[in-house]
Amino acid sequence: MTEIYKAKTDKKFKLPLYEYPVSAGFPSPAEDYVDKKLDLNEYIIKHPAATFFVRVKGNSMQDSGISDGDLIVVDRAIEQRDNSIVVAFLDGEFTIKRVKTKKGELYLMPENSDYEPIKVNKEMDFQVWGVVTYAIKEIK
Amino acid sequence: MNKVYALVDCNNFYVSCERVFNPKLAHVPVMVLSNNDGCVVARSNEVKALGVKMGEPVFKVEGLINKHNIQVFSSNYTLYADMSKRVMDTLKKFSPDIEIYSIDEAFLSLAGLGLNDYSNYGHNIRETVKKWTGIPVSVGIAGTKVLTKSANEIAKKYNGVVDLINCSDKQIDSYLDLLDVSDVWGVGHQYSKLLRSNNINTAKDLKYADTKWVRKKMTVMGERCVFELRGISCFELDKYPEPKKGICSSKSFGMPVESKRDLEEAISSYVSRAAEKLRSQNSYANILIVYITTNRFKKYDPQYSNSAYIRLREPTSSTIDLTRSALSSLNKIYKSGYKYKKAGVLLEGIQTNKQIQLNLFSSYDRKKKKQDNLLMKTIDMINKRWGRDCVKLAAQGIKQTWNMKRSRLSKKYTTNWNELLEICV
Repeated sequence: MTEIYKAKTDKKFKLPLYEYPVSAGFPSPAEDYVDKKLDLNEYIIKHPAATFFVRVKGNSMQDSGISDGDLIVVDRAIEQRDNSIVVAFLDGEFTIKRVKTKKGELYLMPENSDYEPIKVNKEMDFQVWGVVTYAIKEIK
Repeated sequence: MNKVYALVDCNNFYVSCERVFNPKLAHVPVMVLSNNDGCVVARSNEVKALGVKMGEPVFKVEGLINKHNIQVFSSNYTLYADMSKRVMDTLKKFSPDIEIYSIDEAFLSLAGLGLNDYSNYGHNIRETVKKWTGIPVSVGIAGTKVLTKSANEIAKKYNGVVDLINCSDKQIDSYLDLLDVSDVWGVGHQYSKLLRSNNINTAKDLKYADTKWVRKKMTVMGERCVFELRGISCFELDKYPEPKKGICSSKSFGMPVESKRDLEEAISSYVSRAAEKLRSQNSYANILIVYITTNRFKKYDPQYSNSAYIRLREPTSSTIDLTRSALSSLNKIYKSGYKYKKAGVLLEGIQTNKQIQLNLFSSYDRKKKKQDNLLMKTIDMINKRWGRDCVKLAAQGIKQTWNMKRSRLSKKYTTNWNELLEICV
């Protein structure tokens, strides 16, 4: 006759959490989680092939934390949503603004009370170049 | 299982790279020149429409440049190599089996992915690459590599994706009839003259040519091209004949290779082979790509593949220089603990440079090479101290040519912290 046992749940063991995605059933033996170094690239860059760095000049976005001289991380793979901060190309110039749709109209919003929102008309040459994901600033 | 291949090819690649970081160039005529030659190496569609030919010396098109305000750039190989890697890395998401054929072309195997609408997948690839990298591509899908090349040529002219898998033979033939025989992959300039003189002018003509005759005149490789045009697959994803652009040398290993030393030896021999081909066609390379990969079919083995792109300091065909660069690239991408199945090198940014004095750079004469090396070292030291091209060969041009007055190198937007895109907000 088969014996049926109840699980012993009185003792707990801590098991290491694998840092890397594990495909069903077979973890990668080559990854040694104990010696893993923290890589800033992994933290910041989700889509390496689609990620670019740009430098900011000017302060029209300062209220969002993007300041003059900052290094901006732009991800072209991310879908922009309402209120995303994007790098856009408008009528021959690059800019960084927050996109906002109001009553079916698209606006590029600055983050500085000294600047006015820009309404994007159909006649304008406009494209979203990528979504801003991080601003890296040096603390002096 | 039936084979399904997709050839993904970047449209006007160098021009497209420039346009990503300068969208003002989107609909204007743009041309890219080789650094030393002053020849046209890339043309936007607007420039092609003006009749400017590939490889044309720039002084010949000066009039057109001024008349149509053609935007001219010097080759920014550093940027192009990095953008190429981005495109290829994006393509890897669409198939585990990819063959990087040149700096702007790759074959993907789409069989066994559970797809039933290849055209839709092709559009997906096109849209994703454009969104992620800004580079427009054309996709040709077919059951053989030669046919995908033909499909791709047609895709360029129409909506960007052509799927021959779901076409009738009649429709395929009507497509093939639109293609010049010299555009068939594997034919090239040398054979197209011969074929035309035998009344074989289009890809369709070649498809129906007598294979015994083709075998006699174009070797067994030519015969295989004909079979492939007929839908019979002869070329696998990792074996390929002499590429039209770029020179490749690679091999799948019989037994898996694990040690760096063994990979170094393999890579060195591929470099040597590729460099020989380069020299035999009196060409020089500007970009060297090294790649290594594990066996994707061994699902239980840890997987790793990577490639390194190096923009060579100078156009070179020297085995010594190329090997040095290749080994330093390998050093950057090699990881221990993996069983490598394949390794290869790719030479890109090929130019035939009549201005470089060949005998100074040729490596055949050992005694001269020693002197050359010393001379090169001295020149390098001086240029490093006082600026590039401070000391150069007289043949490089002392006279102020049009090229030097107006040559424009765009920034290394993706590889140099000091040359990032600057946005005024």
